[in-house]
Amino acid sequence: MQPFVALLRHEFLLEWRQRNALGGILLYVVSTVFVAYITFKVVPPLAWIAIYWVIMLFAGTNAVAKSFMQLSAGRMLYYYSTVHPLQLVAAKLLYNTLLLWTIHLLTALVLSVLVGNPVQDMPWFLFTGAVGILGFSGILTLVSAIAQKASNQSTLMAILSFPVLIPVLVLVIKLSKQALDGLDRSLGYESLGSLLAINALVVAVALLLFPYLWKD
Amino acid sequence: MIKKHWYKILAVGLILYTLWFGLMGDVPRKVVLNESIRNLYFHVPMWFGMILILGASAYHSIRYLIKPDMLHDTKADSTAKVGVLFSLLGMATGMVWAQYTWGAWWSGDPKQNTSAIAILIYLAYLVLRGSFNEEQQRARISAVYNIFAFACLVPLLFILPRLTDSLHPGNGGNPGFGAYDLDNRMRMVFYPAVIGWTLLGFWIASLRTRILTLEQKEHE
Repeated sequence: MQPFVALLRHEFLLEWRQRNALGGILLYVVSTVFVAYITFKVVPPLAWIAIYWVIMLFAGTNAVAKSFMQLSAGRMLYYYSTVHPLQLVAAKLLYNTLLLWTIHLLTALVLSVLVGNPVQDMPWFLFTGAVGILGFSGILTLVSAIAQKASNQSTLMAILSFPVLIPVLVLVIKLSKQALDGLDRSLGYESLGSLLAINALVVAVALLLFPYLWKD
Repeated sequence: MIKKHWYKILAVGLILYTLWFGLMGDVPRKVVLNESIRNLYFHVPMWFGMILILGASAYHSIRYLIKPDMLHDTKADSTAKVGVLFSLLGMATGMVWAQYTWGAWWSGDPKQNTSAIAILIYLAYLVLRGSFNEEQQRARISAVYNIFAFACLVPLLFILPRLTDSLHPGNGGNPGFGAYDLDNRMRMVFYPAVIGWTLLGFWIASLRTRILTLEQKEHE
């Protein structure tokens, strides 16, 4: 458990020292929202959901992409000799989830301030969104570890993760639309169950496969 | 791959049987469907075959991770390529059928969308394979992605289309052909068709494996 906590602390420290990366993501969210605001003026409710998840998808991919790519060869060797790969990937996974949840709240805030908020059941929207983002985090963490090993990293990050993300995205958008219309929450239980099942599958497979990526 | 010849003879026999009885045999007359019901013998076996062949590809990738032998990687590669071929054929036969029964080549049906995504996933796998210079690394990392992709493909193909409304037979309240259309005459062609096309797929994959293995030997 000790290395896990140390790794997690290290991730936060790194992020804090490179505040420009975090600022970049923030600016990314704000400028995308601003473009949508300029084009639409008044955003139709369905477009609000679309803009929301497009921003989450791209901001999330950019934010997680660096989690393995910025590791230098020397540091990789150091990790390799000191920590178990499972502890490393669990720390990355937890950190990325927290980071994506932050972006999730931030996007909701910025979007609501600039273009208004048509969602009728906001707590449910935020909750189901957070569950979906857990799946995002699992997929993006493993894919960034895969893409990091290849030559054309940033292109690969997109083409490897987007098709795999779509099942999660389809379910989470369905739940978001229900929250938008303020439908009864029990209508979403089935989708939420499928979403949790896919998340569990993705995280389990990612944890299982990561040690094989790691040994070089 | 299976070295025996019996399965190749069986594949050819079953496909000839499917072609003859699939096109000439008697089928139930149904409104709208009419003769297009025969597509069951050609479209559905492509998806059955694809799942089995991609499953075999994931299996070879698991074998590779357990014991790093380049042969497993070559097999995973060639089976994945045949899987993509089958998915493209399944898509094409489905679209022709949809044009005549649903009235459009592409109507954004959940089944069509999910199979398009499945094709994208495996094309991404092939792109990933192309972006490594070192053989061992390519084999190991693409094996990881292959297993991950297959694990994500299963909920995609089986769970998601059932959640939303679809025009596809067997979905969203539409009865599958199995419910009443698939009478015993059709069964006698459908099951051999599935087995025949799948065996043909494995045969193509085994030929590709042999070609790739010979090429690797030549390079050494």
